[in-house]
Amino acid sequence: MDLSLTPAELEFRDELREWLAANRPGPEPGDTEAAIDHRLAWQRTLFDAGYSGIAWPREHGGRGATQMEQAIFNEEMVRARAPAPANIIGLVMGGPVVITRGSDEQRARFLAPILSGEEIWCQGFSEPNAGSDLAALTTSAVQAEGGWVVNGQKVWTSFAHRARWCMLLAKTGDDQRHRNLTFFILDMKQPGVEVRPLRQATGDSEFNEIFFDNAFVPDENVVGAVGDGWNVGITTLMFERAGLSAASALAIQLKLDDLAALIRDRGLQDDRSLSRRLAALVIATETMRLNGYRGLTRIIEHGVPGPEGSIAKIQWADINQRVGELAMDVLGGAALLADPVWTRWMLRARANSIEGGTSEIQRNILAERVLNLPRMR
Amino acid sequence: MRFDLDDDQRAVRDGIDSLCRSAWSPASARRHGAGDDDAAALWRELVAAGWPGIAVAQAYGGQGLGTVELTLVCETMGRALAPGMFFGNAAVAALVEGAGDDDQRQRWLPGFASGEARGALGSLQPDGTGLALDAEGAAALVLVGGGRAMLVAAGDCQLEPAAGVDLTRRLSSVTLTGGTDELRGDLGTALERVEVALSAELVGVAQRALDLALDQARSRQQFGRPIGAYQAVSHRCADMLLDVESARSAVLAAAWTADHSPQALPFAASVAKVSAAQGAWRVTTASLQVHGGIGFTWEHDCHLLLRRAVASGHLLGSPEAHLDRVAAARGLGGAAAVPTAQ
Ligand SMILES: Cc1cc2nc3c(=O)[nH]c(=O)nc-3n(C[C@H](O)[C@H](O)[C@H](O)COP(=O)(O)OP(=O)(O)OC[C@H]3O[C@@H](n4cnc5c(N)ncnc54)[C@H](O)[C@@H]3O)c2cc1C
Repeated sequence: MDLSLTPAELEFRDELREWLAANRPGPEPGDTEAAIDHRLAWQRTLFDAGYSGIAWPREHGGRGATQMEQAIFNEEMVRARAPAPANIIGLVMGGPVVITRGSDEQRARFLAPILSGEEIWCQGFSEPNAGSDLAALTTSAVQAEGGWVVNGQKVWTSFAHRARWCMLLAKTGDDQRHRNLTFFILDMKQPGVEVRPLRQATGDSEFNEIFFDNAFVPDENVVGAVGDGWNVGITTLMFERAGLSAASALAIQLKLDDLAALIRDRGLQDDRSLSRRLAALVIATETMRLNGYRGLTRIIEHGVPGPEGSIAKIQWADINQRVGELAMDVLGGAALLADPVWTRWMLRARANSIEGGTSEIQRNILAERVLNLPRMR
Repeated sequence: MRFDLDDDQRAVRDGIDSLCRSAWSPASARRHGAGDDDAAALWRELVAAGWPGIAVAQAYGGQGLGTVELTLVCETMGRALAPGMFFGNAAVAALVEGAGDDDQRQRWLPGFASGEARGALGSLQPDGTGLALDAEGAAALVLVGGGRAMLVAAGDCQLEPAAGVDLTRRLSSVTLTGGTDELRGDLGTALERVEVALSAELVGVAQRALDLALDQARSRQQFGRPIGAYQAVSHRCADMLLDVESARSAVLAAAWTADHSPQALPFAASVAKVSAAQGAWRVTTASLQVHGGIGFTWEHDCHLLLRRAVASGHLLGSPEAHLDRVAAARGLGGAAAVPTAQ
């Protein structure tokens, strides 16, 4: 066991710190669209410096960085209070899926614009009647001349209104669940695709509905085999959950510093109940960071992320929500006023236990796949 | 960075695990609490195999292994509900080695390291009396309280059996009859190492409670299916896993920090103690609930685990004291920094 960074890792970190000091990202605007533009510009800056998708293999435009370097990179970005790159879904899910499951032609076509942020990706999995139970989805793709004709509806699709490409899971056969799905890369800029923004509980509109009316996907945009979409889709979800938790924990730790400052600013520093709640969150967040690094060691040694990622997902959602609650209690009577930081945090955190697989679904995964408890079905 | 045990560390864990399995069982723990004893036999086996000195410096006859190795032994012993002799002796050795002067080290450490002259840990109450764990037969005690640690030779105190909440360790009240010898060195750091070892025992206790709950969830049938198929049960088990793994991560990291990055130990030790103490309480109580009526019987091990979780959770710094210390580092919780060892 060795929790220290190697000399090479330290060098990588210091080089990154130096670069960040010279290339400050600047504060993120409050408006959703302006924030996306800000994040796009930031991704472009990263790309130009060779810092976009650093863990991707060199032949695909990355730096072939190790998983540990990727984790260090994520932490340093958070420490510099840099925003997430605009094309986070492309970087974290789309690219890795194309690299691991796609064809050479797909790699040549799709990877570079993901890195630069030129083409934003979205993830079209959830549907009105298929959320946690993804296999129940009904959007269909029917074979036609040179490709597939898509009809149906997706929902809660983040960034769809800005996306060029959609990772689409659609039904391509009538046989058994899990065997009748195919994974497509669908062009959002075509007449058969209509995007309608949905307004969230925060008042912002990050996610959308997508309606497909005879939209078309050419054969060359099928990822993996026809009928193997479930497995390809699962790969994206594992990438979604892997490797991010240590940096997310650091982001929460910085937020907790802000919250401690708020407690002091409001003259509440002697309130033992508030200070203990804050300390409990600091400690929970530190265990989340440590769990993340333990998980990372497992990923490095065994190749793929395991179901343990569910632990981090549950902790992350729970801690974010408790931070929001504590902030409201610190504000006290002033909690009646909409605060641009804390009210937004309190509200946005409610989605954390839903998006990316609900906390209940994560507990099912832990119970069934880690603890081997019997299934209900 | 590599956050996992290496082969030597695994060998330490497996070695103590097989010794515990052959020499100790929950039935022994019950007999120990009741006054009838396998504990002396277990201690003799530990001594014969050289375990007591695992973390004591080689200069004093120990093996000089690190805090990580020490916590692996403690976790395994916690899982076995073994009595406190090993922990108490290791704790007292760490306190004398870390906070004692040269004379104190020379006089006591060789005996602690070989196990020939065992040490026992206790707390110093405000009225000047003490409460000690598994102290009968010990050569010396260290009583900790009020930010001080007093070394007491067995001949300078009297032990009276006391009724403890934890039935797997024997509790004695201590009356001082002779002189005491204060440990005047860096007590804070030494105590933090001890708290990490204690937290490791709690991780073992929690792991055992989870193991028992999983057996029950798979085998007990109600309404025609195993109770583990009901989410009220399986989600409780998932939460137990989360508590156990979080506490384990925290303890391993704190143990490594104690040996390699001591300036970061105060925070790491607080994270370990709070996660382990609160986690073990949640997990042992949840395990009892998953067992239903059988879990509430005297004969079942659930209450032994739960009792150990309460007692160890409140030994040395309570979770609240650690929370206050973490808050104080952020300028919160009132002016006075709170001493963690009471
Ligand atoms: C902010 C945000 C962004 C999102 N972005 C995207 C995106 O970009 N792309 C995309 O495809 N999707 C996205 N989603 C959708 C998200 O993945 C789904 O909302 C989620 O999987 C839950 O599905 P659902 O909303 O249909 O709820 P349901 O599945 O209907 O669940 C409702 C409740 O029932 C519980 N439940 C359901 N099944 C079980 C079970 N088996 N055991 C126990 N409890 C159960 C759930 O935990 C939940 O509490 C986003 C969601 C949010 C909130």
